[in-house]
This record gives sequence, C-alpha cells and structure tokens, in this order.
Amino acid sequence: MNAVTSQRIARKAAPGPEAWYAQPFALPRFALTLLLAAACLAAGGTRSAHAATSLVHKRAPEFVRTDLDHKRLDLNAYRGKVVLLDFWATWCAPCEVEMPSFVAWQKKYGPQGLQIIGISMDDDPALVRSLYSKLKLNYPVAMGDVKLGDLYGGVLGLPMTFLIDRHGEIQAEFQGEADLGKIERQLQSLLSGR
Amino acid sequence: MKFTFVSRPSVAVGLATLVLLFVCAQCPAQFTPLTGPGSADSIPQAQLIQPEELVHMLQATGTGKPLLLQVGSHLLFDEAHITGSVYAGAGSQPTGLQQLQSTVASLSKKKFIVLYCGCCPWNRCPNLGPAFKQLRDLGFSNVKVLYLANNLGADWVAEGYPVERSH
Repeated sequence: MNAVTSQRIARKAAPGPEAWYAQPFALPRFALTLLLAAACLAAGGTRSAHAATSLVHKRAPEFVRTDLDHKRLDLNAYRGKVVLLDFWATWCAPCEVEMPSFVAWQKKYGPQGLQIIGISMDDDPALVRSLYSKLKLNYPVAMGDVKLGDLYGGVLGLPMTFLIDRHGEIQAEFQGEADLGKIERQLQSLLSGR
Repeated sequence: MKFTFVSRPSVAVGLATLVLLFVCAQCPAQFTPLTGPGSADSIPQAQLIQPEELVHMLQATGTGKPLLLQVGSHLLFDEAHITGSVYAGAGSQPTGLQQLQSTVASLSKKKFIVLYCGCCPWNRCPNLGPAFKQLRDLGFSNVKVLYLANNLGADWVAEGYPVERSH
C-alpha cells in the first residue's frame, strides 16, 4: 500500500471534527492536531518532491534561445548575475501564482544583480505571448523544448525553478508548489554573496 | 466589571482557529486548488487508479490492459510518457478535447481507458477533469484516471516505472 492510499484510508477512519464532544479529553487532542497541522503547513508541508536528477551544485547547462521579443537569450551572457530560471506554462496554476512575485523581485533585486529568465513549456506560443502581456512580465521569456528539458534533468512537472549563482553554478532547485519566502531568502543570500 | 465564563474547550478551539487563520494568511493562493467541474478533484475517488496498480496491470499478461491516454502537454509527452500511451490532446483546451474525441471515436464504449496527465500537482491539474467529463459524456463507462500526486516526474519516472520518449 502506498503513502497516498494509506493517507486516504486514515482520513476515512479518523473521526470528524464533530466527534470531539463525544469523548472527554478529545477536544484538547483535536485542538492539538489542528495546531500541529498548522505548524506543518507553516513549515512548507505541501512542497513537492524534487526532480529525479538533481542539478544542485552543478554547472547550469548552457543554452541559447530567441525570446518572445525576438532577442537573443544566452544564459552565458548573464554570468556575474544571480539567475532565477523558471520553467512554467500558461496552463500551470501554481506557475501563475509565482509570477507576480518574480516580477516584483526583478524590479526590487535587478539593481543588485538578479536576472529572472522564464522558459515556457507550452505547446502554443500564442498563449504565452498573451499571458506575457497580461502579467506585464519584466524579464525575458523563451519557448522551451525537449532538448532544454533534458538539459535540466527532465522537466516533467511544473513549475520548476533553479537558482544559479554569479559563477554559473546551480545552488537550488524547486519543483511544484514552491515556498516563495524560501526562494526569496535563498535569492537574497546569493545576491549578498553569503 | 463582569467577566463571562469561558470554558477551556472553547478557548482551545478559538486559539486553534486563530492559528489556522494566521497560517492561511501567510500563504495566500499557494494552496488554492482548482475547484468545480474542471478540477481533477471533481473526479470520483472510485475512478482513480494508483501508480502501483497500473504498473501491475501493465506488467500482467492477458487482454485486460487499458488504453493509456495522456491528456496534458504535448511537450511534456515528448520528453517522457508512460510506455505505450498515446497523446490525446490537452483537456483544458477545446482543441485538445476535439483531439480526445477523435482518438476514441472508433472505440467501443466499454473500452477500458486510463487517462493521465502529471503536468502539475493533482489538485492543480486543469486537464484531467474536462477530459474525464468528455469521455463520460461520450458514453464511455470504463474510464479510470491515474492519480499522480505531484507530477509525472516525481510519481512515475522517479519510481522507475516504464517510460518512453517520442521519436
């Protein structure tokens, strides 16, 4: 039996919140459970599993693409900057949640040397252009492909975000529902050279 | 001054609620699932199939194997897909649903079909809900949906289950 199945069965077997009054001392236990659940959420309990092939502490694979503004996008050209490389897609709801923060960070930390780069894993560039305008993205976005996905260890679930230091080495990767606070703290740390 | 007696259980519930409200306020939108008929959560539990179960089914000899249809991103399908599966269009797009309809047009309504996507966390997937509804509306009665909690990479490829690439 896998973990998901176990969790489902456990959920079915557990008494509902309405059952607390039926037993003495049950309410404090129920309250404690709520508090523990809250603590788990606060600690980022919904973070997804990492990619099968971790690239952390490895040199960021180089690539050159043409961005949506028809400009050359060469990762190597950003050496000396901290790069946040974001794989996303228009159909990916968690991606869309993150992007306003990325826009704000580009504006806030750009002068300190941050460069955000978006790689869309959409099939249709027209949808990407539309969202690019709607969200007023202030960083370059290029269309991804299988080759680029392979370079980054297989982008088989979105969003996927990499933090690359000023020397071109990947220092962190985040997959799935990300803790934006954690990403920002690591970003600040890389910008300040700690 | 008159104090109103407040029982300990009430205080505990109140405190717990306040903590939960505080935590939720710290993480807006991050945990908001898609809701409604388009959500993967709208698919009945009885119609879900777990990865291990599907692997056993695919490894078994005999004729009970399902038709596997990927209803998410074509690019992600090209990167990796479950061995033997067919790309049937993104369920969140009208053109994708048309492709799905064409894919199953010649099949018996009793055909055992398993849909999967794995583009993003289960409760965020925009493709499975509409694709499942489409097959139901077309009269298919033996449709299951593969439950991938996080995505195809984490819950299938990383587990060492069978995959192949396009081309």
